[in-house]
Amino acid sequence: MTGQYETVIGLEVHIELATKTKIFCGCSTEFGGAPNIHTCPVCTGMPGALPVLNKKVVEYAVALGIATNCRITQVCRFDRKNYFYPDNPQNYQISQLYLPIARNGCVEIETPSGTKKIRIHEMHMEEDAGKLVHNEWDDTSLVDYNRSGVPLVEIVSEPDMRSADEVIAYLEKLRMIAQYLGVSDCKLQEGSMRADVNLSVRRAGTEEFGTRTEMKNLNSFKAIAHAIEGERMRQIELLEAGKEVVQETRRWDDNKEHSYAMRSKEDARDYRYFPEPDLVPVVISDQWISEIKARQPELRPEKIERYTREFDIPRYDAELLTESWKIADIFEKTVQLCGKPKKVSNWMMGEMFRLMKEKGKEPEELDFSPEHLAKLIELSDQGAISSSVAKKVFEHIFAENADPEKYVEEQGLMSVSDEGALREAVEKVIAQNPRAVADYKGGRQKAFGAIMGQSMRALKGKADPAAVTKIIREMLDAQQ
Amino acid sequence: MANKISDETIEYVGILAKLKLSEEEKEAAKADMEKMLDYIDILNELDTSGVEPMSHVFPVNNVFREDVVTNGDGRESALANAPKRREDSFEVPRTIG
Amino acid sequence: MEILKLTALELSAKIKAGEIKVKDAVKAALDRIKEAEPAVNSFVTIDEAGAYRQAEIIQEEIDAGRMTGLLAGVPAAVKDNLCMDGILTTCSSRILSGFRPAYTAQAVENLQKAGVVILGKTNMDEFAMGSTTETSCYGPAKNPHNTGHVPGGSSGGSCAAVAAGECFGALGSDTGGSIRQPGSFCGVVGLKPTYGTVSRYGLIAYGSSLDQIGPVTRDVSDCAAFLEAIASHDPKDSTSVERPDYHFTGALVDDVKGLRIGIPKDYMGEGLDPEVRQAVMEAAAVLKKRGAAVEMADLGLVRYAIPAYYTIAAAEASSNLERFDGVKYGYRAEDYDGLHDMYKKTRSEGFGPEVKRRILLGSFVLSSGYYDAYYLKALRTKALIKKEFDKAFEKYDLLLGPTAPTVAPKLGESLGDPLKMYLGDIYTISVNLAGLPGMTVPVGKNREGLPIGMQLIGKPFDEKTLIRAAYTYECATEKQYEEVVLDINTAAKEAE
Repeated sequence: MTGQYETVIGLEVHIELATKTKIFCGCSTEFGGAPNIHTCPVCTGMPGALPVLNKKVVEYAVALGIATNCRITQVCRFDRKNYFYPDNPQNYQISQLYLPIARNGCVEIETPSGTKKIRIHEMHMEEDAGKLVHNEWDDTSLVDYNRSGVPLVEIVSEPDMRSADEVIAYLEKLRMIAQYLGVSDCKLQEGSMRADVNLSVRRAGTEEFGTRTEMKNLNSFKAIAHAIEGERMRQIELLEAGKEVVQETRRWDDNKEHSYAMRSKEDARDYRYFPEPDLVPVVISDQWISEIKARQPELRPEKIERYTREFDIPRYDAELLTESWKIADIFEKTVQLCGKPKKVSNWMMGEMFRLMKEKGKEPEELDFSPEHLAKLIELSDQGAISSSVAKKVFEHIFAENADPEKYVEEQGLMSVSDEGALREAVEKVIAQNPRAVADYKGGRQKAFGAIMGQSMRALKGKADPAAVTKIIREMLDAQQ
Repeated sequence: MANKISDETIEYVGILAKLKLSEEEKEAAKADMEKMLDYIDILNELDTSGVEPMSHVFPVNNVFREDVVTNGDGRESALANAPKRREDSFEVPRTIG
Repeated sequence: MEILKLTALELSAKIKAGEIKVKDAVKAALDRIKEAEPAVNSFVTIDEAGAYRQAEIIQEEIDAGRMTGLLAGVPAAVKDNLCMDGILTTCSSRILSGFRPAYTAQAVENLQKAGVVILGKTNMDEFAMGSTTETSCYGPAKNPHNTGHVPGGSSGGSCAAVAAGECFGALGSDTGGSIRQPGSFCGVVGLKPTYGTVSRYGLIAYGSSLDQIGPVTRDVSDCAAFLEAIASHDPKDSTSVERPDYHFTGALVDDVKGLRIGIPKDYMGEGLDPEVRQAVMEAAAVLKKRGAAVEMADLGLVRYAIPAYYTIAAAEASSNLERFDGVKYGYRAEDYDGLHDMYKKTRSEGFGPEVKRRILLGSFVLSSGYYDAYYLKALRTKALIKKEFDKAFEKYDLLLGPTAPTVAPKLGESLGDPLKMYLGDIYTISVNLAGLPGMTVPVGKNREGLPIGMQLIGKPFDEKTLIRAAYTYECATEKQYEEVVLDINTAAKEAE
């Protein structure tokens, strides 16, 4: 029955811009901190306070607009969106309705049936709201305005997506663009990227759209996928039962895996937009646009080209290393520190991807420093640690950003490179294992392995195996 | 043209404006608004087709600030006037059910 | 008392000459306030301790020769919609009860830097909405010329305070005539600068695209000096304009030869009190005699200014006043059932009837389905009105007319018919829509002794021509500031 229906999805994606200060005042945008610490009269809606636009916000928004093939609105303007809610200190949000910063763009996503274009209807700048913490036990909520006034860009797509997979591919694409541009870190778990999903269903083959609902409160790809599936089924069931879908806003509760209507008589959804009289129009000249373009950092296709050319690494590796801006960033920084692109690539393609898969870590969650990986490569190249030790150390770099030098020292993992010490250890093993020695001399190669193993054990694995092999052979040959 | 403001309209505007009106106030508000709207309707005598709505009288554009942190800890100033404060936050009736 | 008879400039000159101490000037003003307040009720907050503290610091600065400005040492007052760090600021509204901002309005800060002592906050119509100062939660201010009459509004407290000699100058705000109309009713000089000239930072907004702060003073010279002190380009106000010239006292020149002055016909017609008409025409004749070319002029669309204004101002006000919700500051209702009930009770109990009326109208004209028909229509009308002024200013250097159609009405006569009250703003309102500078100058009194004001309207950023014409008029008529002889005892008794 569900196969007869097609799902139609459009997205409103909010991206928090990575500016140092808020959109309309000089308060820090730093995440965390005590409640209301990053506030001033402007972002707490004090009477008489006035907004002044952060220039960086415009530049970041224009960069996003260009990168998503939008047309930049060269005379754009802010409007007030009026609604009462305690996280919104003025009870209006400064946003853009009539002349948003960018319009008519698109991005391409990869789907099993090939490349697909998702159109962007418009993109606008606005201010974020504060945070509400609810107290179950005494029916109160606490308001923290630290996030109030943090700059956001809202990207409104056309209803071009047909499945949760497409939605996630689209979000990943936007995230990659924003991260590459350096305009946002797009951390879903910290709320710096959020999506509202507009979804309707229609019988396959029909042209007309069904009635859509809007789902809010989606802050992970998993939640988005669940919410889409849940809402799709709910709408199909309604239609199958001969009922109608009601146009409404629904809140997705990922714990209960269920959405519920946010209906309230007090929630009229009549925002009474009008031009913000406290701000003047933003005029974006051709010259300014070209300046922003010129400053635009290298995007993925250029990076792949450069990696293969400059670093001489396989195209496949370059593609994987650039799939996330974060990984490319770690790669480049590490290469810059140690100057060994191939070795860095090997570590990341091998151990890092393995551990990410094993631990279920997203690229954005990687928090080890390139300095540590560079040092590890140095230590290993110098022969100061064995390759097995290096792998073990990397696990600690990956997990807790351990400093490899310190770690190796503290754990006593430094290779024994003193020839005398090696000889001493091997001599002992040979003396204690006459049987194995005899076997070896009798032509049984396998016996060599036993001596080797015991020697390495005696050296606690901190020796270069090649060096140990050489010494064992020398000693055994000398005995003959 | 005489404007007529219905009970529903005044109720609705009360929701938008977050004002609670007694029956008496509602009647007065309806009458006031009808009278004002009738008066405002004289603007319809003017042909404004092709006229750009003017929000700012002077052509001032592109007023920006640089992206530099200028404000420090604003907690005490922000909370000093709060009708209800709990620790470092403003306290309000619970917002969701 | 000798001190109280001086203008601000005269007083400051004597202070700088060492003839008068700042604290004595402050004391004279505060004594006068104590005496006059029961009758005029022009102050809502008096900061006596703060005034003496400022006086001491300013005296030191003057004595050390570090403070030499035109207004150094002058005691003044500011309207209660201007924020002052640590000082109760309420807009004469219950909803802001107890509110003490942690910041000072830029215009007030500029005054303080110029060495002006701030005595306190003046009474006003609640949130500057009204033309009589009767919508104040502190009770009405009264006209010092006759306490049975209103002082006008919304800056009625500032104008009454200056007229009653309680201070040597004051700041008001003007959204549709709120400095000029009460200035006219109280017989003082008042000026609304070109939009963008004085920073709005710290002015609690009514209609953001129309609001300007301006001076209320005893004479034209003081007016120029106060304007010079408060005007500045402020990076905190995006609509603040950087002007090449802030030297307004430079325009205090007794000469209007060759100045082209137009009297809009539509300002002198139906609805204008004959005594007001006569006084204004006489004033125009004075300027003509001094060499100005004065003639009747065409200015179109006068009757559309009020409906356009009330649509725009109410719309902006409905949004500007949303922040008063019982969450962050001011009043919160005692008992409520949940969030939205808290909002509604707080706002219904906190705002007075006139404010609610405008909030409702503003919310309506912006609501879905009406925005184009009302709000956009008003913005288009505004564009046409601006054009009419542009046309008139091709022919004239300034426009002259009455400030208000009548003298001050009696207390209690206006609020019953709001629309009629709004019509009293007919000559002042279009000036705000077009962002122009406008000034009121006293030009005599009617038979009952109530003052009449003449309004001068200038080109954008051309306050200097207004000041020059007003100064020339003042010189020609030898008008000097005259302390209002207020029968305080009688009036104070009446007040009880």
